[in-house]
Amino acid sequence: MIEGAKWRRWVYFYIPITLFLVFLLFPFYWMVITTIRPDGELYRPWNAPNYAPFWTWNPTFDHIRLLFEETLFATWLWNTMLIAFVSTVISLVCGIFAGYALSRLNFPFAGSLGTGIFITYLVPQTLLFIPLADIIRNFRLGDTPWSLILTYPTFLIPFCTWLMMGYFKAIPKELEECARIDGASRLQAMLYIILPVAVPGILSAGIFAFTLSWNEFIYALVFMSSSEQKTVPVGVVSELIRGDVFYWGPLMAGALLGSIPVAIAYSFFVEHYVAGLTGSVKG
Amino acid sequence: MGQVVLKDINKFYDSVHAVKDVNLQIRDKEFVVFVGPSGCGKTTTLRMIAGLEAISSGDISIDGQVINELAPMDRDIAMVFQNYALYPHMSVYDNMAFGLKMRKFAKPEIAKRVKEAADILGIGELLKRKPRQLSGGQRQRVALGRAIVRHPRVFLFDEPLSNLDAKLRVQMRVELKKLHLRLGTTAVYVTHDQVEAMTLGDRVVVMKDGLVQQVGEPLELYNQPANKFVAGFIGSPAMNFATVTMADGNGRLTAKNGGMEIEVPNGHVERLRAHVGRQLTLGIRPEDLHVAGDSDPVGLTFPSKVEVVEQLGSEILLDVRVGDESMVAAVDPTTRARVQDSLRLAVNPARLHFFDAKTEAAI
Repeated sequence: MIEGAKWRRWVYFYIPITLFLVFLLFPFYWMVITTIRPDGELYRPWNAPNYAPFWTWNPTFDHIRLLFEETLFATWLWNTMLIAFVSTVISLVCGIFAGYALSRLNFPFAGSLGTGIFITYLVPQTLLFIPLADIIRNFRLGDTPWSLILTYPTFLIPFCTWLMMGYFKAIPKELEECARIDGASRLQAMLYIILPVAVPGILSAGIFAFTLSWNEFIYALVFMSSSEQKTVPVGVVSELIRGDVFYWGPLMAGALLGSIPVAIAYSFFVEHYVAGLTGSVKG
Repeated sequence: MGQVVLKDINKFYDSVHAVKDVNLQIRDKEFVVFVGPSGCGKTTTLRMIAGLEAISSGDISIDGQVINELAPMDRDIAMVFQNYALYPHMSVYDNMAFGLKMRKFAKPEIAKRVKEAADILGIGELLKRKPRQLSGGQRQRVALGRAIVRHPRVFLFDEPLSNLDAKLRVQMRVELKKLHLRLGTTAVYVTHDQVEAMTLGDRVVVMKDGLVQQVGEPLELYNQPANKFVAGFIGSPAMNFATVTMADGNGRLTAKNGGMEIEVPNGHVERLRAHVGRQLTLGIRPEDLHVAGDSDPVGLTFPSKVEVVEQLGSEILLDVRVGDESMVAAVDPTTRARVQDSLRLAVNPARLHFFDAKTEAAI
C-alpha cells in the first residue's frame, strides 16, 4: 500500500488503477451493451439527435435468440467445450510427465531437450497449419473434432511441459526423496506426493491450455468446414459476418456467451492459479 | 540389527572426486556422526547409504547384505532431512503414516505405531494439523516421528537441527540423544557443527575434501587429533597454531619462534628429536593456556600482549599476540586482564600437539 499523504494515494494508486480497470473492462462493457441493444439503436448514425452509444433504455434478447434459433451456436459451444476439454486433458497428462522427467530425471541432454520443446512452441501456427493440413487430410480427419483435438496439443504440450517443468523445479526434491525412502516407488512418489503438491501448477497449466484451445482460431478455421463442426470463434465469425454485413448484435452476443465458460473456470481456480504462476510451495 | 559397512566408497560427479575411498564399520546401535566443512563429502556419503546417490565404486552393506543396487525403499532405512521434507498436503498423522501405508501395514497397526511415536515425541495433540501450522521445532519432531514409526534398521540424519534457532537446537540435541538411547537404533548423522558431533556421536568421522581425516570417539579426537585439520576443527574456540623450529641446546629440546621458546616436555622428546632443525606446527588449545604463576617452570611460559578480552562468564577468552602470531587463551574468570596488558601465559605440558608443517599429520 502507498504510504504518506492522501493525494499520494490518489495519484499513485486509485487513479492509475481506475484507468487500468476502465481500459480492461470497457471491451466487455461494449460487448454486453451491444448484445442487449436493439438493431434500431445499433445502426443509428453518430450524428442522429438521440445517438447514445453507451446506454440503452430498450434492452432486448433478440440477438441471443437469433444466435440460438438461426445459427448452430449451441452446437458450436458444445464442440468448443469438448475439443478444448479433451485436448487440455491430453496436453496436461503429457505435459506433467514430460515436465517431471525434464526437471527431475537427470538424463543426458535434458536441458537442451527442454529448450527444444520450448522452441517448438515458438513456431507460429500460421506456418504450422500448412503441413498439419496435409497430415489431417492424409489421415482423413478433416471436418471431425479429432482434427483439432489432435492438433491443439502441438502447441499445448510444449506450453504445459514448460510451465510444469518450472513448477516441479520449485518443489523441494527432498519431499520426493523422503517418499522414496518411506517406501514409495518413483511413480508412487510422483502420484502421492509431487502431484498433490503441484496442484496449483497443474490447474494454471490446465486453465491456460483450456483458454488457448477455446480461443484458437486458425486451425479451427482451416480444418473444419461444415457448420455443425465449427467452434465458437470460427462459427460466430463465419456465419455472422456475411460478405460486408456485420451482424453486430449476435456477433457480440456470441462473443459474450463464448467467454462466460472461461470466465467461470478462471473465477473458480483464481487462487490456485495465482499461486501456480508465482510458484509458491508452502511447506 | 543395523550394522553398516562402507568399503572403499568413491563418488565422482563428472570430473569432481567428491568422496574418496571411505572405509567405515558402523556397529549395531551405534550413533556415528559425520562432521566436516561444507563440500567435504559427508552429505554425499549419507545419501549413498540412503540410496539417493549412486555409488561410483565400492560396496555399502547393511547387516552383511550389499545394498549398492537396492532402491531406497528396500534398504529399510529412515531419513530425516535438513528442511524436514514434510508432505505439505498431508496432516501430521498422514505424514507419519505414509511410510507404513506404502508398506501395506494394517490400519490398526499404523494407528498404534503413530500414537506410540507421537507419545515419545510429545506431538500427540498435533496429529490433525498440517505442516504449515507447525513451528520449526514441531516440524522437526514430526520429521523424527515419521522416521521412528517405521522401526528401521538405520536412521540417517542430514543436518536435522541446522534450521532451528540456537536454543531449540540445544534442546533437540539432548532429545535426539535420549531418543537414541531409548530406541537403540543405529544412527548416521551428518552435521557441520562440531559441538553437535561431539555431544551426539558415539564415534565421530571427520571429513575434508572427500577424505576421512579421522574416526574416533569424541574425546579421542579432542585429545589425540590425527592431523592439524582435525585439531583445528574439533574444539571451540579452535586450537591455536604456531609455526616453530625445533632446536636442541644442551640436551634440552625446545620449540621456538619469534615470540616464544617452549621446552619440549619429556613425553614428547623421543618423538621430536628426529625433527630438530625443522619447522613444525605447534598446537595449543585455548583451554590449555593459563596466566603464568610462580609454580610454572619458565620453560613452559611465554610473553603475550592482550588485544581483546571476551567475558563469557564461565571463563574469559583473551585474544593475545605472541610474537607475530595471534592466539586465544581461555583463562579463569577471576583473571584481571585489560587490553594492551602484557601477560605471561603458561602451557599445560601434557597437552601440547605437534604437527608436521608439510603433511600436517600429528607427530
